[in-house]
Amino acid sequence: MLFTSYAFVGFLALVLLGYYLVPGRWQWPLLLAASYGFYFAASPYYLLFILVTTASTWVVSGRLSALTAEQQAYLAANGQLSREEKKTYRARIKKRKWAWLLACLILNIGILSVTKYTNFVIRNISHLVGGGLKPVDMIVPMGISFYTFQTMGYIIDVYRGKQQAQPNFFKLALFVSFFPQLVQGPISRYGQLAPTLFSPHRFEEKTFSFGLMRILWGYFKKVVLADRILAGVNTLVRDPAYTGAYVFVAMLFYAFELYCDFTGGIDITIGIGEAMGIRLPENFDLPYFSKNIKEYWNRWHITMGTWFTDYIFYPISVCAPMLRLSKWSREHLGQQVGKRVTVYLSSFVVWLATGIWHGAAWNFVVWGLANYVVIMISQELEPLYERFHRRFAVRGKAPYEIFQVVRTILLMSMIRMFDCYRDVPLTFAMVGSMFTRFDPGIFADGSLLQIGLSGADYLVLAVGFAVVLGVSLFKLKRGSVRQALYQKPAGVFYGTMALLLVCTVVFGAYGAGYDSAQFIYNQF
Amino acid sequence: MKGKRWLAALLTAAVTVGVLYAAQRLLVPKYQRGIVEGSMVEEYYRETVDHDVLFIGDCEVYENFSPITLWEDYGISSYIRGSAQQLVWQSYYLLEDTLRYETPKVVVFNVLALKFNEPQNEAYNRMSIDGMRWSMSKVRNILASMTEQEHFVEYVFPLLRYHDRWSDLKHDDVAHWFGKDLVTHAGYYMRVDVEPELGFPDPQPLADYTLGDKAMDYLQRMTDLCREKGIELVLIKAPTEYPHWYEQWDQQVADFARENGVPYINYIPLQGDIGLDMAQDTYDAGLHLNTQGAEKMAAYFGAYLKENYDLPDRRDDPVYAAAWQEKTDAYERMKKQQYDELAQYGQLVSFGANAIEE
Repeated sequence: MLFTSYAFVGFLALVLLGYYLVPGRWQWPLLLAASYGFYFAASPYYLLFILVTTASTWVVSGRLSALTAEQQAYLAANGQLSREEKKTYRARIKKRKWAWLLACLILNIGILSVTKYTNFVIRNISHLVGGGLKPVDMIVPMGISFYTFQTMGYIIDVYRGKQQAQPNFFKLALFVSFFPQLVQGPISRYGQLAPTLFSPHRFEEKTFSFGLMRILWGYFKKVVLADRILAGVNTLVRDPAYTGAYVFVAMLFYAFELYCDFTGGIDITIGIGEAMGIRLPENFDLPYFSKNIKEYWNRWHITMGTWFTDYIFYPISVCAPMLRLSKWSREHLGQQVGKRVTVYLSSFVVWLATGIWHGAAWNFVVWGLANYVVIMISQELEPLYERFHRRFAVRGKAPYEIFQVVRTILLMSMIRMFDCYRDVPLTFAMVGSMFTRFDPGIFADGSLLQIGLSGADYLVLAVGFAVVLGVSLFKLKRGSVRQALYQKPAGVFYGTMALLLVCTVVFGAYGAGYDSAQFIYNQF
Repeated sequence: MKGKRWLAALLTAAVTVGVLYAAQRLLVPKYQRGIVEGSMVEEYYRETVDHDVLFIGDCEVYENFSPITLWEDYGISSYIRGSAQQLVWQSYYLLEDTLRYETPKVVVFNVLALKFNEPQNEAYNRMSIDGMRWSMSKVRNILASMTEQEHFVEYVFPLLRYHDRWSDLKHDDVAHWFGKDLVTHAGYYMRVDVEPELGFPDPQPLADYTLGDKAMDYLQRMTDLCREKGIELVLIKAPTEYPHWYEQWDQQVADFARENGVPYINYIPLQGDIGLDMAQDTYDAGLHLNTQGAEKMAAYFGAYLKENYDLPDRRDDPVYAAAWQEKTDAYERMKKQQYDELAQYGQLVSFGANAIEE
């Protein structure tokens, strides 16, 4: 059931209606039933996977919690123990907790790896041994990367003692399977989501209408813009004959498509939660206004970035072998190089994992590492930038900031071509052709009307782009657009919603004549 | 304050519904020229008099029988509920739909559509179903007819299907935004031009000549419904020879008719008796009759109806006479227009699939 399917719109309307009709204490069970219904509709087989993940997480989080309680009770009852004895006891408990955590992580990462990466491994082994190995018919459960990461974050937090284990299996099941975020995130933290997910909510006009407006805005971006420009992107990237300036067009179109697709989906997700009074974490903060790549990654897919930072980067940075390596490096390679070693290594692992997380293919691995390289280089060039800024007083000036923003967009878009073409050598060849075979004539001779987009399509896209840019600028300069509209007469607020609805229905690229497109991030 | 917000929300919702409705009316195809078949089904609801004979079926009824001739020659009030490639279940549900408004004495069903056992084509589905008024018959018709790519909700809200026509709107869409002209004459699609039949390709042998279960089931339901309502059902195969009507199919229909006690007449071998000259009486090389041929066919078939069924001559009934006079006038007007165009241009320019939409 895609977000853009009629079935989902009907399903959502029923869930929202039901949510406010049932007594408060039945709201979260209703959401659990709806979430499992949503997952069942996608495929009954998927339920098995999510149930295993939920059950294993519930059992292990329960054990971890029990061990923590056992430790506290033991230490409280045995105050006479020496410091050394307490330390030994704590180490023993920690070891047991670690064993439970490890078992849970291995099981769930194992499921994720087997379902998502088996064929990737088979393909590569087959390539190495000269062919002959056939891919296996493997189910990849919808949104498995998202819910696995979410549950891993939860169990690690319980292990660390930062989070109390949820004793109610069904509540934990809802946290894992909450349907709006199941397919493309955001990756929520239990501590942030639980308070509003399980608490009863009474209907409030402002909360509901804010959520509804965000849902409509998400649909507008997804259906009117992303799915419309998709035809052009597909034409350009599926035929390698489109080189040079066409690649440049594909690069920009894909950047716009991906933004509208992913942020549109997240707007729908967060809007659904908001309409029910449930607060989901923001996943984007105007990423295309970033002035460098590091900033970009702090503003794009935020929950994934913070997840990797909290659960991969920091643990690796402070693990015992890494600390030993850091010490050794400082002693043998000097302070300047030594202090970088752990950061570079940890970052490398994070970006490698980010690439692999995005897809079981080499293009994603290269994409992740390309981001890593660019970030590291820009970090190393920092002193040079500082010297430049000391000499030229351009920092904070609008033209320079615009230059920085455009540079970041182009750089990120270029790296993203690995995702776009999904073939590493082809990507290099096509990106190279941008610089060697750039024919500006295609912008004037009508060639761009032959790539699956008509004049009417360009008109819709141009207006849509202007609207998205306008809304983004407003948000950047003055804050929440919805809040500003809400302070106007009610007709303006509701009129805007109506306009979004009508525009989406009339100008949306859906139904017969259009290939319905999944959200790009569904596959992750 | 809260009350005002609610009022604004309700008013906006009402206006939005109005705007979406207006957009839907604007964007749905009008079928007023060129391909007009999409207008046929809905025109029935504008009828002011009842009908003693109802034709149901595909192009082999709406292009081969002239109800005006039946009226003029025999005083028979008839109507054709047909549409392009109308499938058997679509004919069945149109019959059900018609029975909500009137009960004809005779129902004539053309059997060519029995060759189709599955939904075929979205465009034809839409032309056959969109014009029906909402009822359970329409709902069942949609469910029986949808191809895999279609969605029920797009029939409920046609705007969802036709929304992308905004960039392709023609003058006709605006001119007929809230009202359409009649394109048929009691369901008959007029073409006066002539394109002689030059022969057809040899029929391809089929792997299986058995008419499909679903198609035959709906034929049975149609037969049962007519029996239940006291209506005489007549099964016919129109006299046109292409697409090929296999002997094996013919035999199965004949067997069905015998078993169910209904008449079945295959008019293909009766072309000579009817007086059809396929060098003159067809407008598309023998696939369909032109108006001259349809009038001959109606005259011949009217005699059969008169001889075998108790059908009143309504020409003396002032209500019927007035209604049919209006139809006859429109029929003659269009006929003259078409002949004038033929004389002026050598071909039809405002009618038929080649007509250019403004």
